[in-house]
Amino acid sequence: MHDSDINRLLESSPKWEILSELPTPKEIIIGGELRESVIRDISRIKKEPNWMLRLRLRAFEIWERLPSPNWLLGVEDLNLENLAHYVKPAITTKNDYESLPQKIYDFYVSLGIPESEAKYLSGLAGVLDSETIIMRVKEWLRKMNVIFMEMEEAVKKYPDLVKKYFSRVYPVADHKFAALHYALWSGGAFVYVPPNVKITQPIEAFFMISSALESQYEHTMVIADESSYIHFIEGCAAPMFPKYSFHNGAVEVYVHRKAHVRFTTIQNWSKKIINFNNKRSIVEEGGYVEWLEGGIGARVSYVYPSAVLRGKNAKASILAVSIANGPYIKDSGAKVYHLAPNTKSEVIAKSISSNGGLTIYRGLIYIAKGARNATSHVQCDSLLLDDRSRSVTIPHNQVLEDSAEVTHEATAGKISEDALFYLQSRGLSEEEGKSLIVLGFMHDLIKELPFEMANILNTVVQLEFSKLGGVG
Amino acid sequence: MSSLRVENLSVSIENKLVLRDVSFELKRGEIISIMGPNGSGKTSLALAIMGHPKYEILSGRILLDDEEITHLSPDERSLRGLFLAFQNPIEVKGIRLSTLIFSALNKRRGERNLLKSDPKIIPLLMQNLREVGLSNDHLHRDVNLGFSGGEKKRAELLQALMLKPKFLILDEPDSGLDVDGIKITAKKIKELASQGTGIIIITHYARLLKYLSPKEIIVISDGKIIARGGSELSYLIEERGYEALKGDLNA
Repeated sequence: MHDSDINRLLESSPKWEILSELPTPKEIIIGGELRESVIRDISRIKKEPNWMLRLRLRAFEIWERLPSPNWLLGVEDLNLENLAHYVKPAITTKNDYESLPQKIYDFYVSLGIPESEAKYLSGLAGVLDSETIIMRVKEWLRKMNVIFMEMEEAVKKYPDLVKKYFSRVYPVADHKFAALHYALWSGGAFVYVPPNVKITQPIEAFFMISSALESQYEHTMVIADESSYIHFIEGCAAPMFPKYSFHNGAVEVYVHRKAHVRFTTIQNWSKKIINFNNKRSIVEEGGYVEWLEGGIGARVSYVYPSAVLRGKNAKASILAVSIANGPYIKDSGAKVYHLAPNTKSEVIAKSISSNGGLTIYRGLIYIAKGARNATSHVQCDSLLLDDRSRSVTIPHNQVLEDSAEVTHEATAGKISEDALFYLQSRGLSEEEGKSLIVLGFMHDLIKELPFEMANILNTVVQLEFSKLGGVG
Repeated sequence: MSSLRVENLSVSIENKLVLRDVSFELKRGEIISIMGPNGSGKTSLALAIMGHPKYEILSGRILLDDEEITHLSPDERSLRGLFLAFQNPIEVKGIRLSTLIFSALNKRRGERNLLKSDPKIIPLLMQNLREVGLSNDHLHRDVNLGFSGGEKKRAELLQALMLKPKFLILDEPDSGLDVDGIKITAKKIKELASQGTGIIIITHYARLLKYLSPKEIIVISDGKIIARGGSELSYLIEERGYEALKGDLNA
């Protein structure tokens, strides 16, 4: 995005609305104790092939076996038995907005989704609770033979293609919650971009959770074949319901030779969501993956976009900005595995903590023996808006190749009383001063986003920090 | 008549008394100077008038246009027309100089979106930028971040020129500036005064005052006013130093 666009963007005023609830009719709810029969029920409802049921059951076994990570904070009240594992909204058709329940449609409109879909997206998948409720595909995608459909439909229509990648990028046994995801996955989008096809307008998936004590396990796959390009965007929202809900999604991205995938997420869950997102990409020779992650919402969030640079000259850049404004925890970071010569990675992680918030950067750079001349640079900047807030940086580098170059830079800044006084002496209130500093700090992310995306982000940030100074 | 009045002001910082019973009055369009040796309380006076939270007003009042501002927040004082050009301008990471200027202007015009950059302002901004001796590059950098001492002073002057305050306090505006910088500063101060801004120049050298011939010179030492008079006082200080002045008074 150009600077003039940024100005245009910053000049537009917020029109975001927070709903206190979003009740929608449900067709099926499966909750209670997590047993094999739950998995079988979900699989039966989806009428999915046997290989997928077997994959789910294997994942369930692994989930039962694996210990819970001992370093998770802020999820003490996460009790799976209290949650609905699968929630199917009562919605039949999926191709037009008019058939959506009125409340959902109104919410979409308030977020500007139908408008931006019409204007600049190649396609849109909307997921509500456990199912995809809307699919919009532009004609040009079909003409270019791009496959863009619900994940479940792809499992049935293109089993060979899906099998080749599904759970091959993000392993089932990576950790307990990954296994849980694969046992219960439901909803999400599948994209396959054929060789040499470059999609100029992004595809978006938008996730919503409509009520409390639900879990959402959506699965997104993006396969970019040789020399192709796609920009995939993820957004999400949930109302402020009285109790928490749990999001444990996964994104698998496969970047073939010389392909380029840009994957952007604006995570704006309400402060009632416990958010886990398992994101990984594999990048072949000369390929390039970009992860852009704006983590604004959620009560607790654990997200580490990762890249496995498998072919020589493969590249990854990961830009993650997270905000913990209030008694919230944002644990984020990045992992890059350099497995081939001349691979390059750059990680920029920025965090903002205020009103008692805690941000954590947790990162891994692994350089395998033989990944000659691999280079990696990690930059972590954290901004603290007051004395009650904290920021922690936990980088981990494992370098087994002598010719590799790995650098790490970290800065921590506090907005000083003097800086705020200086801004106040120019006529800005304390809150206004803080908002400006925060927006400035996020400039690196904002300038990388398409206008409409940046608009949403900007709105959210302004709303977030209009409350600054109060108790979060 | 529009004025800035300081009445019997006594101020402490961290329980240390830094100003005692200071009074003066400044009318719009006038230039006065507050002089005094290092550590005499000049900067404390500037910061207390602007409302720095660390300074505690023990007694006395500050009035702007006959309204008391002694306990207003710094931003409210600023919006009523007060401007402090800092002795040591603070570096603010994350906000560009241009953003600061536009948002300060927008705030004054009641524009809800602080970040709006009104294209009608840009010619004046460019002109002032050139005249204070800064470049476009400075506008796009974070406020004062990595600026030299002289560049910081020029940036303070630029902001004052854009905001056109009713009353402008310049704390050591000439420190870190070369001769050309001092001349530009003096010229711009005169211009502002002729347009109706009341100006307080805080300095311990007379060199800048030569260009400005202030109406009154107030000498502070140890937090107290020890002398006040016309321009001749600055020449006396330049020749004989503050010690001599203190000696005179004590004699």
